[in-house]
Amino acid sequence: MVKANKLKTNVKNFKTVSINNLSHFYGKNENKKQVLNDVNLNIDKGELVLLKGPSGCGKTTLLTLIGALRTCQSGDLTVLSNQLNGASRKTRQILRRSIGMIFQGHNLLRCLTAEQNVQMGADLIKGLTYLQRREIARNWLSAVGLEEHHKKLPNDLSGGQKQRVAIARALSANPKLLLADEPTSALDSVTGREIVTLLRKLAKEQNCSVLMVTHDPRISDMADRILNMEDGKIY
Amino acid sequence: MSFSFLKFRKIPLAWLLLTRQPLRLAVAIAGISFAGILMFMQLGFRDGLFDTSVTIHKLLDADLVLISPRSKSSISMSGFPKRRLIQTLALEDVEKTAPVNLNYLLWRNPESLKTRSILALGFNPSDSLLLDDGFARKAYKLRNPSRVLFDKLSRPEFGPIEEWFLSEKKVETEVAGKRVIVEDLVELGPSFGADGNLITSRETFLRLFPANPPGSIEIGLVKLKKGSDPELISRILNNSLPNDVRVLTKNQFIDFEKDYWKNSTAIGFIFSLGALMGFVVGCVVVYQILYSDVTDHLPEYATLLAMGYRLKSLFFVVAREGFLLALFGYLPAYFSGQVLYSVIRKSTKLPIIMDADKTILIFVLVLVMCMGSAAVAMRKLVDADPAEIF
Repeated sequence: MVKANKLKTNVKNFKTVSINNLSHFYGKNENKKQVLNDVNLNIDKGELVLLKGPSGCGKTTLLTLIGALRTCQSGDLTVLSNQLNGASRKTRQILRRSIGMIFQGHNLLRCLTAEQNVQMGADLIKGLTYLQRREIARNWLSAVGLEEHHKKLPNDLSGGQKQRVAIARALSANPKLLLADEPTSALDSVTGREIVTLLRKLAKEQNCSVLMVTHDPRISDMADRILNMEDGKIY
Repeated sequence: MSFSFLKFRKIPLAWLLLTRQPLRLAVAIAGISFAGILMFMQLGFRDGLFDTSVTIHKLLDADLVLISPRSKSSISMSGFPKRRLIQTLALEDVEKTAPVNLNYLLWRNPESLKTRSILALGFNPSDSLLLDDGFARKAYKLRNPSRVLFDKLSRPEFGPIEEWFLSEKKVETEVAGKRVIVEDLVELGPSFGADGNLITSRETFLRLFPANPPGSIEIGLVKLKKGSDPELISRILNNSLPNDVRVLTKNQFIDFEKDYWKNSTAIGFIFSLGALMGFVVGCVVVYQILYSDVTDHLPEYATLLAMGYRLKSLFFVVAREGFLLALFGYLPAYFSGQVLYSVIRKSTKLPIIMDADKTILIFVLVLVMCMGSAAVAMRKLVDADPAEIF
């Protein structure tokens, strides 16, 4: 980490994520509470990084900051060569199109079929026709092994299948970075491992970096790097 | 679906949000249609009632109508010199004229012997008064004195005239205290101002109403030669005739009467208020539906924001939902309106019709109702915080 800090000016543009002295606070005045304390972190292209730590240590806050879902308060936060400290709402919205997100509760759109859900991701790609984007959605759906179920609504899919759809949706917009928040927490251990294996395989194929928050010890062996977080600091 | 190759085509999210919740959609459509039907009924009654005020006006066989400038409506007609009507013949375009007297006289119900005010028209039986072709034959019968034609659509309070007449009984009664014989029946229809109508000759009219100076008439009918422009001729006549007479085209004469009822009575206000209530009910229903739709899907909208969709594009989704609801809700309202109008036409004889004005006006109102509610429901979308969904 220290090394990365020194090199920041040279390699900054080559890192997927580069964070220096990032701090974040919730609340105001006397209720003000520090959730992130001088965080430093770099993620390389194609790297799979696991982020561990007890609940309430600031993992999710860090994830939402990297995901451009929150305004950065202090420090240096560069994601895909975009400085997010002081970035406009518009910049963040555009940047989010290059970041895939996988949520704990999959967050599929209930009124859309599996295929349509994936296409909501593919629809973000500019310059493609409807049929091309549908083709992309179909390909991703078969990449996660669900081509049989493309007409099904989320309610008719199992937990593991829903999470696969969510992975396909996150990847269908050609992201350079995937953020996953406890993607295995709602799944049994076998399915959980399967899902992460699949996620890892697909991300490596796309040369897409992954930052995954997890408590699950069974998937630790799949990470390129494991970071531990406590009280808003990364150790 | 044939636009599949187009670049701007996306998943029809608004459509799917609505149709994948059929029960909610059904409730929404029922609510909007109800509001639409209510508006159709209220505005239909309003227009229908205004139309009844001109039942006789429409039947008159004339291109131009002369009235006194002091006349305000058919219930308050003033006289003007009959000379003015004769003067119009100086124009080559004028083919013929017909002087008409109009006033309210007391009719005695021959059965109950109670009197009631009836609208009486007096004309020369050799002139053409009404557009109806069969009327000339009946007019001929008025050549004898004290003969009248009774409007069989008059309210029943005037007595069982039609029944008696058809059973070949001689119908005799008193009008303004003088004896008259019902010679035949005509079909005109009651209006706002008149519960019943009768037609007689001017000669009889003047006997029934001797206070009326013989040289004074209330309405002058002018028939123009084929190919003449009524607008132009009325302007020429208005400029050349003295100020004691006003020349209107037949349509202006109809509007003159309608305007009186629109502007001088509460009818327009009452029915517009009813339509407004329908509008408000519709707004509440659509707002409720869209608001709960947005609230239920808030995490999904937040997910879309997190994926990089713009808030604006989510606004468009809600707006499109509003637009679709307007369409879905309007169509059943329109067709129910057609059916109800024909039922009302049959049972009340009110001339309620689905004209282009109402069709468009109510569609616009339904659209405003749905889009307005959508705009308010959109404010809830701002609560969708993508940072909260992790």
